Amino acid sequence: MIRLLFFAHLGEQIGEREVMWPNVPETVKKLKDEVEERYGISLGRVMTAVNEEYVRDEAPLHAGDTVAFIPPVSGG
Amino acid sequence: MTEPLFAITDRPISVEDVMKKVMRPEAGAVAVFAGTVREWTNGKRTLFLQYEAYVSMAEKMLAQIGAEIAEKWPGAKTAITHRIGRLKIGDIAVVIAVSSPHRAEAYEANRYAIERIKQIVPIWKKEQWEDGSAWVGDQLETTAYPSGKPEVKEE
Repeated sequence: MIRLLFFAHLGEQIGEREVMWPNVPETVKKLKDEVEERYGISLGRVMTAVNEEYVRDEAPLHAGDTVAFIPPVSGG
Repeated sequence: MTEPLFAITDRPISVEDVMKKVMRPEAGAVAVFAGTVREWTNGKRTLFLQYEAYVSMAEKMLAQIGAEIAEKWPGAKTAITHRIGRLKIGDIAVVIAVSSPHRAEAYEANRYAIERIKQIVPIWKKEQWEDGSAWVGDQLETTAYPSGKPEVKEE
């Protein structure tokens, strides 16, 4: 199981900020595909952080990981 | 000093408190930047802003920016506090203080910090206008997403 975090418009679209995902896809890319299909959302421009570090789509996933989907940021 | 140098808070920011965190005898300059909530953007009136953060990661990324500055400008010390929650016009959203032995480094490093915040720190603002609201999704602030989400760009 992995923990997913959704921020900004993503959290509003899904209706939840945090979701426990039952399976562990091999890579971030595969997870993104599954999440897009499950919720009908686009993660095309969204960055991903695993355990608070930015990662590329090829990065592997492990049980217990926290995966955050990070839309283009707008702080400051 | 027990206060962290890099913080996300849901309360008003004291400019002086952030500045004091970097003041020290070796420093002859402190550059302080405050980012505030603007009422008018490209002719459109903002009523208030809502900021959201991935707090734990945002604080780590702010600390990373501090480390980058210490590497690029040896002797520079950085403190950054960013506010989240609902902010009204004129409220301070972010304060960056950089101290250094001489002024040039403090100015340059402070500018670097705000640019990096806009690239890597997971904080988002939602603009509330008279006729709607939207998450701001790019750093030029020219493209809000009218539908509340980014346009899909196929690669």
